[in-house]
Amino acid sequence: MADTSPRQVTFHVRRYEPGVDREPHWEDHRIDVLPGMTVLDGLWKVKELSAPSLAWRSSCRMGICGSCGMLINGRPRLACNTQIAELASDVVAVGPLPNFGIIKDLVPDLRPMFEMHRDLMPYLIRDDAQEQDDPTGEYWQTPHELEHYLQFSYCIKCGCCMAACPTVATDPQYAGPMPLGQAHRYNSDTRDAGFGQRREVLSGGSGPWRCHFAGECSQVCPKGVDPAKAIQLMKRELVSDLLRLRRRRPPAALAEEPHGTRREDIVPAPPRTATEA
Amino acid sequence: MRDRTLWTWHIGAGVVILVLLGLHMAIMHLDATLGIFGTEGAEPVEWESVVTRAQSLFFTVTYVLLLGAALYHGFYGLRNILLELNPGAGLRRTINVGLSLAGLALFAFGTWAALAAPGAATMAGG
Repeated sequence: MADTSPRQVTFHVRRYEPGVDREPHWEDHRIDVLPGMTVLDGLWKVKELSAPSLAWRSSCRMGICGSCGMLINGRPRLACNTQIAELASDVVAVGPLPNFGIIKDLVPDLRPMFEMHRDLMPYLIRDDAQEQDDPTGEYWQTPHELEHYLQFSYCIKCGCCMAACPTVATDPQYAGPMPLGQAHRYNSDTRDAGFGQRREVLSGGSGPWRCHFAGECSQVCPKGVDPAKAIQLMKRELVSDLLRLRRRRPPAALAEEPHGTRREDIVPAPPRTATEA
Repeated sequence: MRDRTLWTWHIGAGVVILVLLGLHMAIMHLDATLGIFGTEGAEPVEWESVVTRAQSLFFTVTYVLLLGAALYHGFYGLRNILLELNPGAGLRRTINVGLSLAGLALFAFGTWAALAAPGAATMAGG
């Protein structure tokens, strides 16, 4: 039978409150850890028992929302997605994501990342302004076309890739792997016609040209996205466009309304088992 | 010029360097190995060989192309390193202009040397 007895682990937590602390400092908190506990569970326990003012971001607790990105034992990870046991250490060092400012304790200031994300227009752009403002339906896309960008759409914008990127660490002008990966995600979408607009930003100093291809962004991504690949593909597409080798395509057409006759032999749905309040 | 154009030239220069440096290595350093293909000739560093190459239009063009590609590739790389030190806008412009001028000056000097070589070789009795 598996050992379910608690063991003692030290949480080595970086604390900083701008305006109060002169510089960040570390605090140690010993807690009992049970099998199955995540770093996020541990932080809640620390907050409950010994550091009530400790601040961090978290929400879904299931690796979906991307709120709880932190530097855990030297590596950017999601606190909710990291089992304390998998760290194989009696010390869990937790700090805010590097390459960002600190709002408080473990809360990074993600605004520069999201401002760049916004500048790269991470949404479908149609060449018909009226359709853009007031979409009239869905657009055709084959499963094969979906494969071109599907993995990049798994990004949850947690910022772990930005924290691991050596170029983001030294060059504030560089957009970084998350915004660039998402720009590529939309450029690769056959329903989108925004390549020309995004190109204006991407061709300049904040584009993918400073990427050293260290690949750390892809190593640390908790969702298995490969932003380094997206950046290289984006370079290829932008250079092909410069050399007039890029194949231009109109955005996918509106899907037609279903037509034909409805089958009569479809078994009806079972009656509802719950009533509305 | 926009970074996309600069980077594309950087990659293009890399390809040119690969081809021309390969040619240089083959002619200057692999002459013994290439002998197995029956291309044995004079020793590449002998005076007569140097003069023959200096007086050849093909080699003059090759030298100038290799010089231009190597200078551009190297100076673009140096510019990237310097820009990652996060200089301010003024210093950034100084770096861009300074490196461009340095590259152009070296290219002009190297091109002059390549073009003047045939005459110099003749005067030296080649």
